[in-house]
Amino acid sequence: MKRHHLGLTLFAAWLCSVPLAADDGVFDQYRDLMGDDNPAVFVIDEGEELWFMPQGPESATLEACDLGLGPGVTAGAYVRFPRYFADADAVMDLESRLVHCMTTIQGRDLEAVTAKPYSLRGDFGTEMEALVTWLAAESEGATIAPEQTHAAERAMYSLGEEIFYYRAGPHDFSCATCHEQSGMRIRLQALPDLTSHTGAAEAWGSWPAYRISQGLVRTMGWRLRDCFRQQRWPELQMGSEASIALQTYMAVNAAGGTMTAPGLKR
Amino acid sequence: MKALTAGITIILNASLMAWTVAADEIEAVLHNSFVAKNQATMERLERDAVQTACSAPRGMPLDNDMLAALREERLNAVVLPADGQYLGDWQRGAEVATNGRGLQSSDDPTQPNGGNCYACHQLAPGEVAYGTLGPSLTGYGARGQSQAMLQYTWTKLWDTHAYNLCSHMPRFGAQGILTEQQLKDVMAYLLDPASPVNQAAE
Repeated sequence: MKRHHLGLTLFAAWLCSVPLAADDGVFDQYRDLMGDDNPAVFVIDEGEELWFMPQGPESATLEACDLGLGPGVTAGAYVRFPRYFADADAVMDLESRLVHCMTTIQGRDLEAVTAKPYSLRGDFGTEMEALVTWLAAESEGATIAPEQTHAAERAMYSLGEEIFYYRAGPHDFSCATCHEQSGMRIRLQALPDLTSHTGAAEAWGSWPAYRISQGLVRTMGWRLRDCFRQQRWPELQMGSEASIALQTYMAVNAAGGTMTAPGLKR
Repeated sequence: MKALTAGITIILNASLMAWTVAADEIEAVLHNSFVAKNQATMERLERDAVQTACSAPRGMPLDNDMLAALREERLNAVVLPADGQYLGDWQRGAEVATNGRGLQSSDDPTQPNGGNCYACHQLAPGEVAYGTLGPSLTGYGARGQSQAMLQYTWTKLWDTHAYNLCSHMPRFGAQGILTEQQLKDVMAYLLDPASPVNQAAE
């Protein structure tokens, strides 16, 4: 995993050479400096390999997996998520859809494929992270257009909005505490206003992202889980209804924006 | 006091009828979506009266009488320092203001909680890594140390909803996030003329 260290070293060297700005602009400059050299490219390749790799008792690839545009269609599929799937009678995010395909097509054990969806610091990336990264890249440059035609999809948006404002825990934090105002920041970290189209498009459109500080690609599912950790809540589960509802809230607010993932974050 | 609380709860329930059904659903969804981890238990998802009243999505009509009664209840519940001493050690207060740890599933529960003031507020002018969700408190000590000022500041730290219902700020005293001594130290960090908060930047 030499590439991780390279990214960190480049970043540290570059950071020392610029004055500390009191906003996120410094990281925007860093992104520009990196150009197309996002270390996520290695993870994209890994995800593509995993899609075409026979796995599980069925020794099947994921080519028969229907991401909403037909079996095996990956280009432009991610920007339509979260969406309703009749075969599962559920609104799914990309992560839960992949779990569905791994269990139904490859015949893999549900507990095994959901045991550790997100890597810990210092780990290599997980299969889920690699697949999501590749599939996001398959939508790079596409317009964010989550499905809102089925009643279940619209109900998921309303549920997401309610959860977004739900205050709980010893600190009384909700998502809205940090993400309902524009132009604010925590310490030096700029906070997107997820109730606005601009903020939601910027946030939804830039995950999954390569986290320089962690040397890993992180998915939106992980981003939400880590927000709730900081909110002092229990742990959000991948593919849970709350996770899908919040992603629907963000994706619909972001509709019309451009998918730029995989992004590059501090 | 108990009767008042019960009364407020009834008013609250009546005024929240419009989204009570949805609230039940949300609680069930959350229960199925989260798993307890270390000190972050599932009980943390249950809301008290303040959290419920302050969870209304933006634009939702609110019952002002109910909110005023709730604010009054919070004000009456504030516990002032037992010995009447409001000001501790500003240097220790600086540590509390800087420390962002405490009560997360990833935190060591044997270590003291931080107040994480800098996450949202500007304080000492020499610290550039401050957040902007709350107002700048640089030079706060210029407000003086009158009894009214001491009590106001203490109350704001203890339970922000006593003055500003549905403020984003945590209830550092009422929720047991900080100890009485830590609150006194933060008070000193804000109000002591020798504190960096009240000194010009170097």
